[in-house]
Parts: sequence; structure tokens; C-alpha cells
Amino acid sequence: MAPYFIIFITFTVLPVVMSLLLSFTNFNMLEPPTWAGWSNFTRLFVQDDVFMLALKNTLLFAAITGPVSYMACFLFAWLINEFPPKLRAVLTLILYVPSISGNTYLIWQLLFASDSYGFANAFLINWGFILEPIQWLQDPRYMLGILIIVQLWLSLGTSFLAFIAGLQNVDRSLYEAGAIDGVRNRWQELWFITLPAMRPQLMFGAVIQISIAFAVAEVSMQLLGFPSVDYAAHTVVTHLVDYGTIRFELGYASAIATVLFSIMLLTNLIIQTLLKKVGD
Amino acid sequence: MKTRKLKAGKRLNRSWGMDIALFILIGGVASFMALPLVFTISNAFKPIDEIFQFPPKLIVRNPTFKNFSDLINIFSDSWVPFSRYVFNTFFITITGTVGHVILASAAAYPLAKIKFPGRNILFSIVVLSLMFTSYVTQVPNYMTISWLGLINTHWSIILPAFGMTLGLYLMKQFMEQIPDALLEAAKIDGASEYRIFWQIIMPIVKPAWLTLIIFSLQNLWTSGSVKYIYSEQLKTVDYVFGQVGAGGLVRTGPMSAVALLMLTVPVTVFIVTQSNIIQTMSTSGLKE
Repeated sequence: MAPYFIIFITFTVLPVVMSLLLSFTNFNMLEPPTWAGWSNFTRLFVQDDVFMLALKNTLLFAAITGPVSYMACFLFAWLINEFPPKLRAVLTLILYVPSISGNTYLIWQLLFASDSYGFANAFLINWGFILEPIQWLQDPRYMLGILIIVQLWLSLGTSFLAFIAGLQNVDRSLYEAGAIDGVRNRWQELWFITLPAMRPQLMFGAVIQISIAFAVAEVSMQLLGFPSVDYAAHTVVTHLVDYGTIRFELGYASAIATVLFSIMLLTNLIIQTLLKKVGD
Repeated sequence: MKTRKLKAGKRLNRSWGMDIALFILIGGVASFMALPLVFTISNAFKPIDEIFQFPPKLIVRNPTFKNFSDLINIFSDSWVPFSRYVFNTFFITITGTVGHVILASAAAYPLAKIKFPGRNILFSIVVLSLMFTSYVTQVPNYMTISWLGLINTHWSIILPAFGMTLGLYLMKQFMEQIPDALLEAAKIDGASEYRIFWQIIMPIVKPAWLTLIIFSLQNLWTSGSVKYIYSEQLKTVDYVFGQVGAGGLVRTGPMSAVALLMLTVPVTVFIVTQSNIIQTMSTSGLKE
């Protein structure tokens, strides 16, 4: 146990603590940090309009993708679990592949290309819904929506695999016992037996989903540009990347991270309380 | 509550109608999810004019191995032999993954099953650290690694990978499900903690560590050695493959071959581990 925690503290806890401290400083990575008190935070909430927009986008995004992805992960893991191991491995791979292959965004760029060759535009024009192509990836009205769709498509990731493994750890005899006690169909079986037995994995999945839903940045930057048109797909983390890696204001960037961190903590607390009630 | 008689051979709580409906649902979703994979495979065999064709075709029409032979030509005259990059990648990936799985499991066991003071605090720190954005910890991380004198060694990637948070959390959650009675029985029979860990805990949580292997491999396989490593002979395959792309538009063909090659190892490991994830929990001999 000790070796793990020494490494864990050196490479994970220490940097987090340092970042938390840095959020109270002005630090440009060249000169040593100078103490700034709460000024980063007041600036963030009082002066920074773009941050407010980013925060709004992120909360909306997380409120939709978080729960939907979480349920999709579980649902698909549970359905796939019925197949024999070899077939299940192949199906799992296919569903998981957006998370491993590098060219994921290419498909979506083709689908939502701005000219009339883009699949979405071509379809809508051919069917007479629109007369001229829509600028899907540049029009602020559609950008957040597209971001949500793509993220949902990517959602069968870490928690999905954890659920698949978790389902194999559920004791088979529980199902037999349940059937004798009057469990009639697969949905009852799910609610009364599978879900309660999988509570540890559900907790794990929730934490992972929260950290993914609130920390969205990669998809937005790759697909919709960075910074995006009118900041329509700007999120808390892209805001952070902007300040951290372009403007070199690491103190301010750390303050953004700290705020995001507190939001996630709060969400986690609420969700863990809800999960304790599952299957009761 | 009414009780039903169990018919032998009949599957519990399943109807064929629902089975078929769900199968169609999965099939539909899966075929859409498979697009990037199909695209990567077919792109690798496309001649250059098909790669640049617009709008792109999903399926290759005149398959060719030219992209792969071009790739071999590119590497035939590099001063660091290509096999050295391959060795570096495999060394980092295998050492990192094996170390992480063993260390994280060994740390998860006491956290899940042995009561000691400070256990809950320690565990909350683990969960909380999962939620901190990695973008801002990069700079402090670099400083730590440089203080330890690990810059420009493979250990700058391997050591942090040993301490990945995800693994500990995953293993701990799975170990929690193991009934305490099983462990107590083993203790009464005279098994040491060490033996309980290797012969009881680890076989039961096999699905968990097989899954963890995938996560760790995925993390290390394309870890990108650029940040901490500057000696050419220590760099990894994903780095040199990236350099192929830096050669510009003419390298688009070899790049699509690269994309396929980089996928082969993770996909193979994925299939092997996933098909081995099977029922392990046995409560035989336990009466509670």
C-alpha cells in the first residue's frame, strides 16, 4: 500500500495542492508567483463576462450529457452482458471504439460540413427542408447542440467498461433466488437485484461521468474551433486553457480550475446521496 | 408474494420478443459507432487519389499496400533504428501497466477491507483528485518531475502512471463487493494477508483488473514522450509517427497507414481482455 501512496501523493496530490495555492497568486510561469489573495476569484465573477458564458454553457452541457451518458453506459453494458464472451468482446469494442480511435471528429466534420456536400445538409436539401446549406459548426445557434450530440456519442467510455466488468461480479445465485421470490421480468430483475448489487460500480461511474461532463473541452476545441464563434461552445475548461496556455496567467487559470472543482464536489455529494437510495 | 416453479433449461426472466427488440437497438447504435473504425481501416488501403476524394467514400475501391511500403521507406534511413522506438513504447506501456495494476490493487485491498484510522479521509482524497482538471496540474507536475531528476528518462512517464488515481478507485470499488465472511474464513484457516490477497482477492476481481489493463494501456500507448523526453533514442512510436505527419500533405498516405497500425495493439489487447471477463464471484461454501 505504501509504495502506491507515495507515488500517488507525489504525482497527483502534490500538483493539485500546488494548483490550489497558485489560484491565490499571480503567476506567469517566468517570474516566481506573487500573492494575490482573492483577487483572481473576484475578477472571475465580477469582471469576466466570457467566464459567465462559459459557466452557463458548461452547466447546461453537464446537465444533459451527464445523466444521459451515465444511463446509456449502464443500459448498454447491461444489454451486452447477455451475449457469450467472444461476441460480447467484439460488440464492446465497437461501442467503445470512438474512445480509442484517433480520427473520431472526422466523421462529424463530414456529417456537419458547412457546404451542400455535408451529409446533414445534403439530406435536408434533398428532402426540401432547407434551400441553402446551414453553417452547422460556425453558427452559434447550433454549436452547443452539436457539442452535446457528439459528447453523447462518445459517452460509452470508462464507466461503460467498468459496468461490464461489474455485471460479471454479480452473484448468479441472487437471480435464481429473486426468480423464486417473484421477480417476473428483466426490468424488475434490474431494479431489485442487479442495481443494488452493483452499487460500488455505480458510484465509480458517477464520479467518472461528473468529471467528464464538467471538464468538456477537447471535443469543443477540435470540432468547433478554439476559441469558437461568439464563444458559443466555450466551456469552463476551454476558458482555462485560454488563460493557462495562451495568456500564461497560470494563477488565474488555477482559480478557474478551483471553481470548477468546487462545482464538481457539490454535484458529487448530491449524486452519491441519491445513489444510496437505488433499489430500496 | 407468489412463488413460481423454475423450469429447467428456461432462461430466467427473459422473453424472446424483448430480446429481438433490444438486439435491433444495439445493432443500430453499434453500426453508427463503428464508423470511425471502418473508416480508419479502409483509409489505410486507399491510394492517394481516393484519400483526397471529396466527398470521401467509406469503402476503398482500389485497395493498395503502397501506404505501408512508403512508411517502411521513410523509416529505412532514420539514424535511430525504428525498432528502438518500438522498444521504448513497449517498455513504457508494459512496465507502466503491470506496475500500476499491482500497486493499485495492493493499495486498494486495505482501503476496501481493513479498517484503519484515516481510511475514509484517504479515500476521499483519492476520489476528489479524480475531479481536478489535468490542464492546470501540468506545470506543477513538470516541476515535481524535474526536482526528482526524472526529466529525459522513461521513468518520467512510468512513475506517474504507477500512481494513476483511476486504478485505485476502480479496484477498491470491486473489492468492496467481496463478502467479509469469505476473508474471515480464510483467516481462520490460517492464510496470511499476503496469501488472501493473491489467492482470493485477485482471482475474484479479475474482471476489474482486466478492465484496468485497458485503461492503463490506452493511457500509456499514446502517452506522447515530447513533454519530458528530449533524447531522440528515448522517444516513442507515437512521437515518430507524429513526425511522419509533420512531413506535410505528401505524407497523408503513410499517415493513414500509421493510424491503422497504432490501433492494432490496443484493439488486440481489448479483445483478449474483454473476452476473458467472465463470471468469477463464487460464494460456494459460504452460508450466511
